Amino acid sequence: MTDRAGATIRAEALTKRFPGASAPAVDAVDLHVAAGEFMTLLGPSGSGKTTTLNMIAGFEEVTSGRILLDDDDIARLPAHRRNLGMVFQSYALFPHMTAAQNVAFPLRQRKVGKAETARRVAEALELVHLGGHGDRLPSQLSGGQQQRVALARAVVFSPRALLLDEPLGALDKKLRESLQLEISRLHSELGITFVFVTHDQEEALALSDRIAVFRDGRIEQVGTPTELYETPASRFVATFLGDSNVFTGTVHGGLLDTGSAQLHCDGPDGPGCLVVRPERLRIGAAPADGANRLSATVSDVVYQGAFRRILVRFDDGSTGLVRDAGDAATTTRGDRVEVSWPAAAGVLVPETAAERVGAGVGSGSGVGVGAGVGVGA
Amino acid sequence: MTVTSPVAGAAAPAPPRAPDPPPGRRLARRVSLLLAVPALLVLLVFFVVPALRLLWLSVTTPEPGFGNYTALVADDVTTTIVLRTLLMAAVVTVVCVLVAYPYAYLMTIVSGRWRGVLLAVVLVPFWTSLMARTFAWVVLLQDNGVVNQVLGAVGLGPVRLLGTTAGVTLAMAQVMLPFVVLPVYTAMRGIDRRLVDAALSLGARPVTAFTRVYLPLSLPGVAAGATLVMVLSLGFYVTPSLVGSPQQSMLAQFISVQVNQLVDFGAAGALAVTLLVVTLLLLGGVRMLTRTRGATGSGIAGGLT
Ligand SMILES: Nc1ncnc2c1ncn2[C@@H]1O[C@H](COP(=O)(O)OP(=O)(O)O)[C@@H](O)[C@H]1O
Ligand SMILES: [Mg+2]
Repeated sequence: MTDRAGATIRAEALTKRFPGASAPAVDAVDLHVAAGEFMTLLGPSGSGKTTTLNMIAGFEEVTSGRILLDDDDIARLPAHRRNLGMVFQSYALFPHMTAAQNVAFPLRQRKVGKAETARRVAEALELVHLGGHGDRLPSQLSGGQQQRVALARAVVFSPRALLLDEPLGALDKKLRESLQLEISRLHSELGITFVFVTHDQEEALALSDRIAVFRDGRIEQVGTPTELYETPASRFVATFLGDSNVFTGTVHGGLLDTGSAQLHCDGPDGPGCLVVRPERLRIGAAPADGANRLSATVSDVVYQGAFRRILVRFDDGSTGLVRDAGDAATTTRGDRVEVSWPAAAGVLVPETAAERVGAGVGSGSGVGVGAGVGVGA
Repeated sequence: MTVTSPVAGAAAPAPPRAPDPPPGRRLARRVSLLLAVPALLVLLVFFVVPALRLLWLSVTTPEPGFGNYTALVADDVTTTIVLRTLLMAAVVTVVCVLVAYPYAYLMTIVSGRWRGVLLAVVLVPFWTSLMARTFAWVVLLQDNGVVNQVLGAVGLGPVRLLGTTAGVTLAMAQVMLPFVVLPVYTAMRGIDRRLVDAALSLGARPVTAFTRVYLPLSLPGVAAGATLVMVLSLGFYVTPSLVGSPQQSMLAQFISVQVNQLVDFGAAGALAVTLLVVTLLLLGGVRMLTRTRGATGSGIAGGLT
């Protein structure tokens, strides 16, 4: 073990092909996790996140590619010699051992002395606020408590990286939020590298230093939560992370032609999608020069306390979503409105052939928008 | 199960305890006991009454007193037969567990189709009559039978199998195999595969992951299967009679001789009661073992290392 707390993890052209499967589950993934970083692997179910993590942990054989832990290639090292902590969605606590015995397990494997083991077990349980619960069996603990024990067990032997596979997936919303804070605190207290798998974009945005968005066994984009949200590289990323209005068409000289409208945008000529976040759209406010403007009919208003979600139908029949913080407080269903946004608020992403086939709504919580009617100012 | 507060540092909740059911539920539970009445009646008529009658005979025939029991203890032949029966039952149990455990494990890792095939192979003994299978073993175990031809081919034979305890053990183990495979498979299917992954990630070598995690969790299935086989083996009659020899007889055969050839109901009763007591002692022992394990929870793991 080195004096540094966290290890860098680098996957190079990492590939996994399951026997009999037509497409690889993980397809030439390159991923660089910095020492001490909180990296989240985010993607829909079946996109290869678990398989990637399992290859890093050593549970799944690598078809090809390299995995570097600092400078050592660990791709062919058996799991028990990798010294990486792992937390599972199912907790995976040994049901026949008490919480303390579970936490002591990795220390026993390392032949740590009795007194030292007792001290470190108590410390680890304290770290997850479960001091005094050491003599309970897993079946006598709640789901949240079980996952805390699993966290303590995974860090008690001071691994240089912690791998977490949807650790909060089996918990209800309230518990999930409290454990999110816990995991965040553990990360900053321990200073080790975290690789965290989830399909929950809110969780990813809340916790991560950086996020790698997975899709069909490949990484679609890697970046900080802000980068991914503000400047998505593809329509998939835009719709998977947060809500988006997406206008498809052909760009020519800084104008996107949707078939029924010309929208200002910044990008190269050719087919493309213009992505605009709902909070960047304005209803009713006087648009600045160079803004895009579309007329629409309000089809629904959902009051959410601090803001309203206003669902609109553009004149060409496509739908859009506006997140309004107060400008349109009097808007109600059926109103005719002008929806506008500054050209700089939109992000132009390439439109791939696959996306054109599955036109309209992207996966996740995105709102797909075909084309709006109206005239750019 | 008690769900405890997720709040950090919350006071330790009381240990979980099954709450008392509400009165309505209690009544329903009492009524549902009626469901057991047919089974209890059958047991009473076909087991309890004959057993009591045997007990009665053993202390009244040919004259009142414990003469049959003192004779039983004094008689070397009886002692030998009881010990032989216990030993053979134990060997059959061990053989069954050793064969069934890897077989059941295989069933948990193969694809669905192969699992079906393996399950069918195990269940075949359940679908064919005991007599048919035992006669098949008589044919197989003959001096020039298939088993001896194979042993001869690899330079180990021929060995005398028919009429020996080795032959009986082999045949009985085959007959009993499903009784171990099924409970062990059921126990294994209930084990989360990720527990083994977890053990590996925590630094356990594969062998340690097996002995400290997988094996202890599969032991309840082994205990259930082994108990079944042991108990069934103690009173097994058909296979030892057909495959074995009178010189190597087991307890059930010996009882049958007392009844059918010597017409000594008193001795037969005493032997049967002995068999019953040995079986009950065995079951009691297993129950005590599993109960203490359940209480400490970690007993299984602790006992292994
Ligand atoms: N053991 C396996 N055998 C065959 N295919 C598998 C196996 N595990 C996963 N897959 C396939 O690999 C793909 C990626 O799965 P996974 O990594 O579990 O996705 P995720 O964790 O992102 O939901 C899926 O299509 C899945 O069906
Ligand atoms: Mg997964």
